[in-house]
Amino acid sequence: MTAVLDIRDLTRVHGAGAARVVALRGVSLTVAAGELVAVMGPSGSGKSTLLTIAGGLDSPTSGTVSVEGTDLGSLSRSALSALRRRSVGYVFQDFNLVPALTAAENVALPRELDGERPSRARAAAVAALEEVGIADLADRFPDDMSGGQQQRVAIARAVVGQRRLVLADEPTGALDTETGEQVLALLRGRCDAGTGGVLVTHEARHAAWADRVVFLRDGVVVDETRSDAAEVLLDARKR
Amino acid sequence: MSVRQAMLALLEQGPMYGYQLRAEFEDRTGSTWPLNVGQVYTTLSRLERDGLVEAAGTDEEGHALYRLTEQGRTELSAWFSTPVRRTQPPRDELAIKLALAVTITGVDVPAVIQAQRSATLRALQDYTRLKQGSREEGPPALAWSLVLDSLVFAAEAEIRWLDHCEARLARSAREHAASGAATGQGPAAGRHARPVTGGERR
Ligand SMILES: Nc1ncnc2c1ncn2[C@@H]1O[C@H](COP(=O)(O)OP(=O)(O)OP(=O)(O)O)[C@@H](O)[C@H]1O
Ligand SMILES: [Mg+2]
Repeated sequence: MTAVLDIRDLTRVHGAGAARVVALRGVSLTVAAGELVAVMGPSGSGKSTLLTIAGGLDSPTSGTVSVEGTDLGSLSRSALSALRRRSVGYVFQDFNLVPALTAAENVALPRELDGERPSRARAAAVAALEEVGIADLADRFPDDMSGGQQQRVAIARAVVGQRRLVLADEPTGALDTETGEQVLALLRGRCDAGTGGVLVTHEARHAAWADRVVFLRDGVVVDETRSDAAEVLLDARKR
Repeated sequence: MSVRQAMLALLEQGPMYGYQLRAEFEDRTGSTWPLNVGQVYTTLSRLERDGLVEAAGTDEEGHALYRLTEQGRTELSAWFSTPVRRTQPPRDELAIKLALAVTITGVDVPAVIQAQRSATLRALQDYTRLKQGSREEGPPALAWSLVLDSLVFAAEAEIRWLDHCEARLARSAREHAASGAATGQGPAAGRHARPVTGGERR
């Protein structure tokens, strides 16, 4: 079975000279289909850096990243964009919504760019907004929504359609506990249905929804809660 | 844990026998605080001695039933209306362990903290899975899910406290290094200070 995400010996250095920061040093991480992995660590430990590289939004200084067996480093710019739109859902720490588009348009955008008929893309977008509990805000613009509502639009955009990998950077930061739990249940559900997921969070109660929790510190994986590998394999076989 | 008050509370629903009381208790609390039947019967006979419960005959299968007395009912409502005492915190092995670890040389305190964080998080994963698994309805299921929530919040608080300890220790180490090593070097570097290592060349 191919891992949905396979990161090998990843190092990322930002800047040079006195401003040189080694954000990640030798990080390896594998996420199987159906698995949700949480990443925890103090501020500045490299969590967002890891996630952006996993999503093909940034390139490693050394090491490799494969999504469903494809080495991201081997792809052309356009092939990488296509893979990002089709296979990878990304929830940004700061939402990253397009202000000129409504909630539904934001969610539908990647699919439309991929050539899907607008009416179908919109229907899928509204369904995803429904899942995060804000179908009634489909025609609102991001600036006219609360932080928590914008965050939910960002989540809907990441899970819409058949994404194989969902990467979420603090997806519950702006949400109250009840809505946060709802979002975690949604992510968990996607993973139970076969998606691979990585969740960056400061909240232990949210990390606890994951099959495995990885602890980052100063760019190094310092610890990991054991996952029952046999159970993961069994689950994978059932599919 | 107060087995006495728990038994009184369960008997408020009507007469019951020992095994039944244990089953009702575990319906609400899972096996979080396991209760053996011996304990239940000992408690019942003490409650009877104190006039808080009394024998209520037997059921069709011959089980000896107990019911609440008026005095028992009064004691129960007093229990519900009195807050649980928090003035004398229960002895907390983890807090004691860390308090000692930071004062003894040769203990790798960050490792102690990380090992505990991992273990507590694993427990939290288990509680979360249990919560997802319980889809039943009705008051006992609700009671059980509230007990699980209590475990979740306690584990979460413990992890938050461990994060705090770690940050506090790191700060204290930095201040210590700065006051020891600063020979006209200016103030200690800010929050994002990292050790200057010349070793990485990757
Ligand atoms: N573009 C950049 N240029 C220079 N340094 C950077 C850049 N991006 C991140 N860094 C540095 O890399 C380190 C890791 O940053 P990163 O954003 O991955 O941390 P994080 O774990 O996501 O933190 P937080 O919990 O605060 O979001 C930090 O020291 C940060 O200052
Ligand atoms: Mg970050």
